[in-house]
Amino acid sequence: MLHGGRPMTANSLLMRLKDGFIVRNILLALPMLLVFPFAGLKADAQNTPLISGGVGFLTTTNGGVTALQPVISPVAAVPLGEHILVESRAYISDFIAPKNGNSGPYQGDFFAGLQYLQLDYLATPKVTLTVGDFLTPFATYNERLTPIWISNFQDAPLIYPIGNQQGSSIGVMLRGNAYSAPHVRLNYTGYFSVSSSVKQFTGERASGGRFSMYLPDKRLEIGVSYSRLLQGQQGNSEGFDVWWQPYRVPLAIRSEYAHGPHSQGYWVEAAYRLSQWSGPDSWLGRLEPVFRMQQTFRDSPGQDQLPAVNTQRADFGLDYHLPHEVRVNTSYSRQFASTGNTNIWETTVTYRFLFPTWKGRSK
Amino acid sequence: MKQLALTTSIISTTLVLAQTSPAPKPTGTAAKPTAKAVSTNQPDVGQRKFDANCGRCHSFPEQLSPSLTGTVVRHMRVRANLSAEDEKDILRFLAP
Repeated sequence: MLHGGRPMTANSLLMRLKDGFIVRNILLALPMLLVFPFAGLKADAQNTPLISGGVGFLTTTNGGVTALQPVISPVAAVPLGEHILVESRAYISDFIAPKNGNSGPYQGDFFAGLQYLQLDYLATPKVTLTVGDFLTPFATYNERLTPIWISNFQDAPLIYPIGNQQGSSIGVMLRGNAYSAPHVRLNYTGYFSVSSSVKQFTGERASGGRFSMYLPDKRLEIGVSYSRLLQGQQGNSEGFDVWWQPYRVPLAIRSEYAHGPHSQGYWVEAAYRLSQWSGPDSWLGRLEPVFRMQQTFRDSPGQDQLPAVNTQRADFGLDYHLPHEVRVNTSYSRQFASTGNTNIWETTVTYRFLFPTWKGRSK
Repeated sequence: MKQLALTTSIISTTLVLAQTSPAPKPTGTAAKPTAKAVSTNQPDVGQRKFDANCGRCHSFPEQLSPSLTGTVVRHMRVRANLSAEDEKDILRFLAP
């Protein structure tokens, strides 16, 4: 989780776990997605291909060393006919930090790559088949909270690498809603990933999935995840997650526990938007205090990207939701470990954009 | 253990504040004013499904135009494991 002694964002970690590739491949791939619908397929009034994503500027001061990171993370989504969606997300950044880690002149470390590129086939009302390079569906963080315009904290949780196989997997995935009633919903996701050394699309042979139960009345979700690495030092990872968002209160509590072959840990996050006092669009209502507690426990030595020793960390954040999809996230973290305690200050400014690739046809 | 105690106390304080705060509103995560929702003063089924699925991770996208609603909801159908019925209800809410 450390890059030059600094915690990494989920996106930079995801991209560095995979073999990155040069930006020209992205510049080739994304426009190709947008060209597909012209090949004899028509977009109706609501199904216009879109470009979305976020632009951000991230700063981190860890142990007195400051790093800067401008980021753009575009998303392309292209519906084809009534049952297919092709979607992709890229991550392009320049990590600017002291050349030798702690001192010296600053230098940039440019990075660009695709985080996922997948084709979704809506096979039945409750079954979706996905093929390609997709975000590994282990626990909740990887699929839901890695976009820079969504996450409350700049850093991914310490346990993020457990079960996520480089962040994304290459293969096939089945997912959908297994059962739906007014008071309960059951969702499932299962995947199989192949080993791939293709530089643009590296992957590990693995399988796994997630099953969750959601109680709409309580706005409570409980999920279990499983992942088995089928190459090298094979091992199992298990995960357990709970999300609770009271219906009448702008409070969100999210948590995950994960157990991997060499380590385990948890994180618990509470975010409370102050919108109840004077409305969500008031200066006060745009504030969102956030707190996250996390711990990792090392069971045995291993290359699993988690801290080498038992680690505890408390993250105190204050986020501000400006108009026009601009957001400022600030946080202070105190990390405790036998190798040394650390203060981490972070600021993230993001702008979320969304626009059609062309004007849709009217019905 | 100090951190665990700190976690418990902060979460407890947050919960107490949340439960005792005045004038609760339907939801704080995502609310898009639509003619239907405003006129009845009750969130319709589509809005409830939006809040329960999409709104749990992100706020309502301000720049969402009618030409994009189908694409956005199809993306959410995959990401949030929505059923076809959920997709239709949310689409009806976003583009009534």
